[in-house]
Amino acid sequence: MRRSAKRRLLATAVVLAASATLAACSSSSTTGSSGSGSSGSSDSGALKTGLKAYVIPKLLGAQYFTIADSAKSGGAIAGLQALGETGTETSGTAATPASELPAIQASVTKGANILIVSATDPTALCPTLKAAMAKGITVVTYDSDAPTCRDLFVNQASSKAVGDSLVDLMAKQIHDSGDIGIVSAAASATNQNAWIGYMKQELAKFPKIHLVSIVYGNDDPTTATQVTQGLLQRYPNIKGIIAPTSVGIVSAAQVVTSSKYKGKVIVTGLGTPDSMKKYVANGVSPQFELWNPADLGYLAAYAAVNFASKKITNAPGQSFTAGKLGKFTVGPDRTIILGPPLVFSSANINNYNF
Amino acid sequence: MSATVTARREPSGPPARVSSRRLTERVFRIREFGIIAVLVVFVAITTAIQPSFLNEQNIQFLLINTTVFALLALGETIVVVSRNVDLSIGSVLGLSAYLSAGLFGEHHGIPVPVVFLAGLGIGLACGIANGFMVAVGRVPSLVVTLATLYIIRGIDTLIVGGNEVTAQTLPNAFTNIAHASVAGVPYVAIAVAVVIGLGAYYLRTFRSGRELYAIGSNPEAARLAGIGVGRRVFTAFTISGGIAGVAGVLWAAQYQTIDSLAGTGYELTVISAVVVGGVAIFGGSGSAVGAAVGALLLSSINSALNVLGISQLWLEAISGFLLLVAITLDRVISVKLAAALRRRSSGGGT
Amino acid sequence: MEPDLNASAVSGGPGSEVPGGAAAALRAAAPSALRWESGLAVLVVAIIIFGAMVSPQFLTSGNFFNTGVTSGEIAIMALPMTLIIISGEIDLSVASTLGMSSALLGYLWAKHWPMLAIFVMVALLGIVAGLINGLLVTRVGLPSLAVTIGTLALYRGVALILLGPNTISNFPAGYTNIGVLPIPHTQLPYNVAIFAVLAVIFGIVLHATATGRSIYAMGASPEAALFAGIRVKRIKTMLFVTSGLVCALAGVLWTFRLATAVQNNGYGQELAVVAVVLLGGVSIFGGKGSLAGVVLAVIAFAGLQNALLLTNFNQEATGIVIGGLLLVSVFAPNLIALRRVGLPRWARFRSPRGRA
Repeated sequence: MRRSAKRRLLATAVVLAASATLAACSSSSTTGSSGSGSSGSSDSGALKTGLKAYVIPKLLGAQYFTIADSAKSGGAIAGLQALGETGTETSGTAATPASELPAIQASVTKGANILIVSATDPTALCPTLKAAMAKGITVVTYDSDAPTCRDLFVNQASSKAVGDSLVDLMAKQIHDSGDIGIVSAAASATNQNAWIGYMKQELAKFPKIHLVSIVYGNDDPTTATQVTQGLLQRYPNIKGIIAPTSVGIVSAAQVVTSSKYKGKVIVTGLGTPDSMKKYVANGVSPQFELWNPADLGYLAAYAAVNFASKKITNAPGQSFTAGKLGKFTVGPDRTIILGPPLVFSSANINNYNF
Repeated sequence: MSATVTARREPSGPPARVSSRRLTERVFRIREFGIIAVLVVFVAITTAIQPSFLNEQNIQFLLINTTVFALLALGETIVVVSRNVDLSIGSVLGLSAYLSAGLFGEHHGIPVPVVFLAGLGIGLACGIANGFMVAVGRVPSLVVTLATLYIIRGIDTLIVGGNEVTAQTLPNAFTNIAHASVAGVPYVAIAVAVVIGLGAYYLRTFRSGRELYAIGSNPEAARLAGIGVGRRVFTAFTISGGIAGVAGVLWAAQYQTIDSLAGTGYELTVISAVVVGGVAIFGGSGSAVGAAVGALLLSSINSALNVLGISQLWLEAISGFLLLVAITLDRVISVKLAAALRRRSSGGGT
Repeated sequence: MEPDLNASAVSGGPGSEVPGGAAAALRAAAPSALRWESGLAVLVVAIIIFGAMVSPQFLTSGNFFNTGVTSGEIAIMALPMTLIIISGEIDLSVASTLGMSSALLGYLWAKHWPMLAIFVMVALLGIVAGLINGLLVTRVGLPSLAVTIGTLALYRGVALILLGPNTISNFPAGYTNIGVLPIPHTQLPYNVAIFAVLAVIFGIVLHATATGRSIYAMGASPEAALFAGIRVKRIKTMLFVTSGLVCALAGVLWTFRLATAVQNNGYGQELAVVAVVLLGGVSIFGGKGSLAGVVLAVIAFAGLQNALLLTNFNQEATGIVIGGLLLVSVFAPNLIALRRVGLPRWARFRSPRGRA
């Protein structure tokens, strides 16, 4: 018994020593080289080609991000390829920082010049992203920001535009008066909280509309369903629900459809056309909005390449052309806005397939 | 006129054994009754504070929310009473939900019962794999089902990719299942209640059901007594998988939008419900009815928090605390019961 | 659960009492454990070769740093988990204790407590968390699987209540640098260094002290251990307390690495910790396994995940790889045991049944 215990201790020690040796022998760690194989100098106005870009959504397997990222849908990788760069999509599967970080680190290890990231958390990625930026890697966030540790943020729509338009959509459909509730995502979600902030401001313009409650569905259908049910039970006279999350709006619309509130409660918010077609058809959600995720990814790709090629800096006022999308200008807080949200209704919803 | 209660002296010997069994059954019935009592008290208090908790609409919501979990609790009970555990039910549910509901989009006009059969089939396949590894491979079920939890979820993610099944691809005949009701009670709730009743009856009455309890109480003794342990355990996992598959189809009918994350994390919730409902985690006792009531209780707490406007942040802590209280209570009850049985068999006293 | 195929239920002979049975079980367990560790060592080498083949960056120190930083906390939590599982119990509340510690850290930091005082409070919290588990298991006599499922929810709930929807992220760079900077003059992440030190400590306790032998004994045969005079309850309680304390440490490391205290830190990681320990050859029934095996499993697990990341392997399928490894880890010993039974020479050499 003693002998095998000693043997095990020895084995452990050997293993640890080997690992430590591996660690201590610092073979040159790869630093992110900027502009490998670049053609054309940065001030001649030509964009660099041959850059290695990694697109890192919050998680793999979510339809919204697949559309935003993939070449097939005309998303980020399509944009990168159009510019002559290589684009790869990578991430974890859990939509948490712990699941996203390894993908970011591996991208840096593999020699990334550009990182296009949708941040699972506004600050948890910062140590890693800051270290990447220090190596000269261009870091551009899209869809969900990490404000203190990126070069540029490509926002789908200005937070104010989203908040205002959602309230206006709701007001129009409930004729400017009544109680409304909000079904949001996670209580700590930065996007949603920003939009809700602007919603509250816009609501001041409608004195007869009263926001009775905000509930949090955590982007999980079961939770979103249950909080919507609770909301309806607590405030049975509610006239409308705003759900600024594509999971929440579907769950809310589903709850209203299957209950006695169908026809009495209007649901609007941010949702993908495919998932909402049924509720447009049955009148529960006649109008809602979003933007084209593919355009968002495409724009992020162009912005990143322009920045990496030093064609623009991230100071406000700098402008560039994003291929088929036209001209864009960097705004305050190093943010580029895609444009106003796109309103879906029965008139146009069948034109879209995402 | 007061009723007099006379203490009857039971003679020792065979009659004492019969009354021991009666005592045991009485205690377990009290335990089941106990959880129903907790549920009733809880609902009463909540309704007093917020009357809309118990209106027709909310009862409908509550029952529909509970159906999937109650069904999963039935399957898990069958496995747990035999001293095993099935951690893969969430992944099986997710896979079944996506594949079976996806059939509507690919084969227009497919009859709804066929889709249910497809879900059942997917679940059975997973259950057979689990059962085979546990029973024939003699591998601990915690490890096997932990592995299949990862593997099945991985397969699901690969198949789904970035897609999802969306509501408008599902025919009304299918989606109405989750919501159609008679006299305010959803059909699906009635159906699941009947299934659970049947399951409980089977476990309690049929020989193969009782053998699962025996295996859970003492696997070696069961084996020596000639019970086909491997066969029974294999069947238990197959049934659990099949139930999870059907639950997946019901889930799809209820939520109607299915991606690769459906059912994530359900296994621990279901095990909590089962344990709260009085099923011993090491097997040998407990009933499917109790487990279903446990699921209903957890659902009610969730609904109550939402209806009362209490922050959802408390939900996790309350569920965890409730689970600890339930198992402590069970332990205290079984210790006292064992003492009472010992006193009884040493002769005398009611 | 079904009786362990490998644990010898037969004592050495008419004269030997139950303790002999426990010792015989240990003797029977030892050779197959060593066989499993050798297999793991081969696996680790294979993964290293695989990684080097598929990616030129695999063997760089920068990549090693990333791998260590990513898996550091799971590795650290796997150490007390190993001892707990060997002793016949399980602790599923590890990730929630991590989250709860992270939440307390953020909560107190937001209230401007000095960092040293915060460390003390977090350590106390970990101890209390472990104590609750330990007392419920040993004094009230509840099964650890059920108890720790309950505390999993309870502690995560406490984290939620402490922090709510808030995120605390203004930690000083001196602390948060552990996520990006190695120990000065080396390429070693702080996490890995802490893991190495703890691994040595736990290894010594498990394999070279009487307590360690007691842990094996109580896992192999709880009654035998009790009759042999081992303080089963006290040791098990201490194991849970240690687990709570170590998880609190992991919570602090996690928070600093991410520079963020948020309620879902560590969410869902408990099963990964259990998977790593099982992969290390530790039997879920208790009484069998070694710390070296778990260390090797940690390296294999982290290395494989990293290698797959570097090759653009579809991350959605990593779950399948991990689940598959887990299955192999339990099937292989059974297959080895079957082979042993089939070769009488080996059987006589190994099993005490052969004597007499």
